[in-house]
Amino acid sequence: MTADNETLRTAAERALIEQYEAAPTADAVKLLREKAIAGFRSRGLPNRRVEEWKYTDLRRGMSEALPIAEAPEAGEARAAVDAVAGFGDMAGARIVFVNGLYVPELSDIAGIEGLTITSLATALGEARPQGLGDLAGTVTDSALDLNTAFMRDGALIEVAAGATIDRPVEILHVATGEPAATYTRHVVHVGTGAKVRFNEVYSGKGRYQTNTAIEFSADKGADVSWIKLQNEGHQAQHLSTFVSALEAEVGFDHFVFNSGGHLARTQVFLRFNGENARAGLRGTMLITEDQHSDVTLVVDHAVPNCVSREFYKSAIDGKAKGVFQGRINVFQHAQKTDGQMMCQALLLSDEAEMAYKPELEIFADDVQCAHGATSGQIDAELMFYLQARGIPEAEAKTLLILAFLSQVIEEIGDEQAVEALEERTRTWLGY
Amino acid sequence: MALLEIKNLHARIAEDGTEILRGVDLTVNAGEVHAIMGPNGSGKSTLSYVLAGKEDYEVTEGEVLFNGENILEMGPDERAVAGMFLAFQYPIEIPGVATMTFLKAALNAQRKARGLGELPTPDFMKLVREKANKMNITPDMLKRPLNVGFSGGEKKRSEILQMELLEPTLCVLDETDSGLDIDALKVVSDGVNRLRSPERAMVVITHYQRLLDHIVPDIVHVLSAGRIVKTGGPELALELEKNGYADYIGEAA
Repeated sequence: MTADNETLRTAAERALIEQYEAAPTADAVKLLREKAIAGFRSRGLPNRRVEEWKYTDLRRGMSEALPIAEAPEAGEARAAVDAVAGFGDMAGARIVFVNGLYVPELSDIAGIEGLTITSLATALGEARPQGLGDLAGTVTDSALDLNTAFMRDGALIEVAAGATIDRPVEILHVATGEPAATYTRHVVHVGTGAKVRFNEVYSGKGRYQTNTAIEFSADKGADVSWIKLQNEGHQAQHLSTFVSALEAEVGFDHFVFNSGGHLARTQVFLRFNGENARAGLRGTMLITEDQHSDVTLVVDHAVPNCVSREFYKSAIDGKAKGVFQGRINVFQHAQKTDGQMMCQALLLSDEAEMAYKPELEIFADDVQCAHGATSGQIDAELMFYLQARGIPEAEAKTLLILAFLSQVIEEIGDEQAVEALEERTRTWLGY
Repeated sequence: MALLEIKNLHARIAEDGTEILRGVDLTVNAGEVHAIMGPNGSGKSTLSYVLAGKEDYEVTEGEVLFNGENILEMGPDERAVAGMFLAFQYPIEIPGVATMTFLKAALNAQRKARGLGELPTPDFMKLVREKANKMNITPDMLKRPLNVGFSGGEKKRSEILQMELLEPTLCVLDETDSGLDIDALKVVSDGVNRLRSPERAMVVITHYQRLLDHIVPDIVHVLSAGRIVKTGGPELALELEKNGYADYIGEAA
């Protein structure tokens, strides 16, 4: 941290530091916040010289720091939440954040055995919630630092050992359209052998900034499915960090559906802590116009005998740019690791762009790891076949894009979720 | 008026300019079944693709009239709506599109283009099941992605099912017999024969006489080096089976 850094800061960086200094907090995580803002002071916003952010230059992409969002009026909050399709009535429990703040009257979190949900803001008034910052502390990243420095609210979710939660737990984030920034932090712990599904939804309108982080841990034998629906407004900035640790024999499936945001990044850090665990990380990206969407993964096979599958598909139109970075680290003793990563994109216009950075770093000698990436246009042979059956060009194209994306959506396995995401895909395609 | 009239049709591969069709003349009337036979590389498949409107080929001369209308400026979907159907030699696999979904999209697209409403789903399902049953196509196959993992015979049966469902007025069958065993050949030809009618014509492209035992043509043509070099009755096919194409290869060159 030198004087030079100060003078080189962008307007957004200066504003973020000023925001922090102007509203000092004395809550239970003050030390975490101080450490995080210090990290931000020294590193600033990530730019293309930071390897992990090479294709998403936030210093250029984030030209301003919007003020921290205020709680909306009750009527406005309700209207905003009502306007969100989300996953409809699939959810059993639902915790709602409007402009980054928990809205109890729109949430439904009680009465499910084995499931405890509390608001982070409430907890922070008392003591440092258990687990908060533990996993986040393993990652060095400026977006996450900002989240830690500014986190205001979030959900603390505990699923008791052995519990089976029948219907999904929905974590809904809605922005009402104020030009403002939100910082939510969720800490989710799933106990031994528990079974649960989560739906994490983002939606909003107007020009706003979302910075969200989740610390997720699953104990031995837990079975967890997690679907993130990122449907932010097209002028929004969405930065999201998911840091996770899986104990032995956990089965974990994570899916991200990306269609919103002017600039969006979902970063997933996953670490296998126990043997014989399995993780499936999947997603789709549907972007157009001047959207920029980034999915970045870091998967640490820290122990032997774990399986990971990384499978992402994108449809990119207009001048949009997609980014996929996937890194699989296989530690020295992590023998019998099985990691297969695949990323495929359809470029629907001449100016659409996709950047890939797959990386395998393997220190064990008895592993099966592979990665692949493809990008291309819609297959002319398939188009001809459909058209030869009387299907007009535009519809044939739509059908083929839907088919392409469905191949990864259908791997979710949960019929209701598959249908909901395919419906969203059809909506995006105007079909 | 003839259903299909091909006049002096010249076509080449768009990519490299190789000339394939060198002046094809062919007239097909409603109710007729024509067989087009010929050696490998004579232009049989090219002719079927040019008729269906594949962009890989460029027509350099001549015209194709379908119901008296020049179709060469029409897209493949418009030709299909006009009543043309190509049964592909190699039906394409479309992962992610269930056969049933595809059939529905195709039928409704054609109905819509003709100013008819979409068929209600229950009616559609009933229609497909009925026709699929005749083609030995199981409900399970209809659920699977189109042609993905289908055997050669299943793919061809699926082509004929599509033809039965879409009820075209001109059916072009491109080597529909290739890859079929005797039983499948029977199912496929029975399907084709069911569709024979006074309003409908067929152009059956084949390398071997075998298919023509099952689908008996009215007229047989020999295509060689991009031109029709001989036209006759069903006996011409038998003659070719016996003597091969040697006589005609020389003639065209």
